Amino acid sequence: MSAPAPIRLHGLTLGYDRHPAVHHLDGTIRAGDLLALAGPNGAGKSTLLKGLTGEIPVLDGRIERPDDIAYLPQADAIDRSFPVSVMDLAAMGLWRRLGPWRSLRRAAPALRDALAVVGLSGFEARPIGTLSGGQFRRALFARLILQDCRTILLDEPFTGIDARTTDDLLALVRRWHGEGRTVVAALHDFAQIRTHFPTTLLLAREPVAWGPTARVMTADNLARARSLSEAWDEDAAICDGTRHAAPREAHAHGHSHAHEHGHSHGHEDAA
Amino acid sequence: MIDPFAPFIEFGFMRRALAGCLALSVSAPPVGVFLMLRRMSLMSDAMAHAILPGAAAGFVVAGLSLPAMTIGGLVAGLAVALLAGAVTRTTVLREDASLAAFYLISLAGGVLLVSLRGSQVDLMHFLFGSVLALDDPALLLLGGICTLTLVTLALIYRPLVMECVDPLYLRSVSRAGGPVHFAFLGLVVVNLVGGFQALGTLLAVGLMLLPAVAARFWARELGATMAASVVLAVLASFAGLSLSYRFDLPTGPAIVLSAGTLYLVSMLAGPQGGLLRRLVRPRHLEA
Repeated sequence: MSAPAPIRLHGLTLGYDRHPAVHHLDGTIRAGDLLALAGPNGAGKSTLLKGLTGEIPVLDGRIERPDDIAYLPQADAIDRSFPVSVMDLAAMGLWRRLGPWRSLRRAAPALRDALAVVGLSGFEARPIGTLSGGQFRRALFARLILQDCRTILLDEPFTGIDARTTDDLLALVRRWHGEGRTVVAALHDFAQIRTHFPTTLLLAREPVAWGPTARVMTADNLARARSLSEAWDEDAAICDGTRHAAPREAHAHGHSHAHEHGHSHGHEDAA
Repeated sequence: MIDPFAPFIEFGFMRRALAGCLALSVSAPPVGVFLMLRRMSLMSDAMAHAILPGAAAGFVVAGLSLPAMTIGGLVAGLAVALLAGAVTRTTVLREDASLAAFYLISLAGGVLLVSLRGSQVDLMHFLFGSVLALDDPALLLLGGICTLTLVTLALIYRPLVMECVDPLYLRSVSRAGGPVHFAFLGLVVVNLVGGFQALGTLLAVGLMLLPAVAARFWARELGATMAASVVLAVLASFAGLSLSYRFDLPTGPAIVLSAGTLYLVSMLAGPQGGLLRRLVRPRHLEA
């Protein structure tokens, strides 16, 4: 497969009702990167992923991104009572190739393979409403396989999923990485991030650190991420964008460097 | 012994009525199945009300004329569907709320128009239809609507199912979601306008929804549910026409009450979650 394009973020600000949830983020998600998004709840991980897929508009700055992005949202809007089978759900991943009218018949082997990879062989005809949480997540991963995109965004893909399913799906994520795809996953399990993800972006509305996982996931950085306010300040001033430092390039700087770049931003002051 | 086919063999108007109802029975219930599965069942009721002012406007302009009232109904129904859909997709309002707003405006306008020009008799025609007086243009209209519905459903089937199951995903891979949604709303309107000719505005919804809801008790898969809904609608049309002839009942209500009876029977005896099945629980399996 051809190499995926990098995703470049230029002063990216995303949010709701003019309040930023991701604030002035600069950087590049390199092609073929396996990147973890870490940070407390409300840090802007989901918002960043939604911004990358184009689901929400940017408030400021811009994103350079490739066209083929597969996205697994945290809270899906899937109607599980609708009478479709596991096969039907996974086959939705073929939309880009088959469109509304082309026959599924020629894609049947690929479909069976994808279900086998996620361990759902034999579940083809099961209505989606009868699946357990883990089985359902496996079916969604089968759909991701069939989408065959070079960039894959996962929003908390393993939340509420047991260890065995998580291991199976993590193996799939590593396989995607091995195939040269770009994978970005928002995660809460720090041990998982340290073990499986070579690079990490630590977010707390502001980017805290971005680089090799070992240098990003330091006690110091994590404490700073926790201390950044989650509060939504109704009276926040209009941001003029001048008082912002770039996230610390963890691979370029030692971590003793940390406090020199301290952010002094209106939101923090007010909170 | 009464031959249920006798009136259809004997009288041309009964054959016409049957042909019209069968056309409607093939096209409206599959649309109703999608409405039911999307939890939009009551939406068809609202749409039926929305069609009224258009038909009334046609009546005011041209009297009891099929083309004028049909075009009027189509315009009003499509306008309400499009406006409600557009408001839903661009503002914070959900579909039910925006639809309720527009159909109420439309309905009030319709009642105003009818009262300015019409008499009680005309209003009865609106509400209860004229299935026993279907002329050639009306039959052609019903047949055309049936064809259009089946062809359109076949064309948009895949994206429509995706839009129902996972609209977020469809939006991420395709821009078909919006057009497909509007095409579907268009089918609802077209079928209600067709039904309003045969059964009247209020009862048109009956033949769209009752067989669809009843079919849920007979089939689990989507395709099978749609097939079952058509079978039930055909049965209801036939039974309703026969009964209305035999006992001299108004035709529209007779058909819808037949569909209602089939619904009650399905709810009780249907193999997929019917009441009796719930009471007599089969022994569970080993795995």
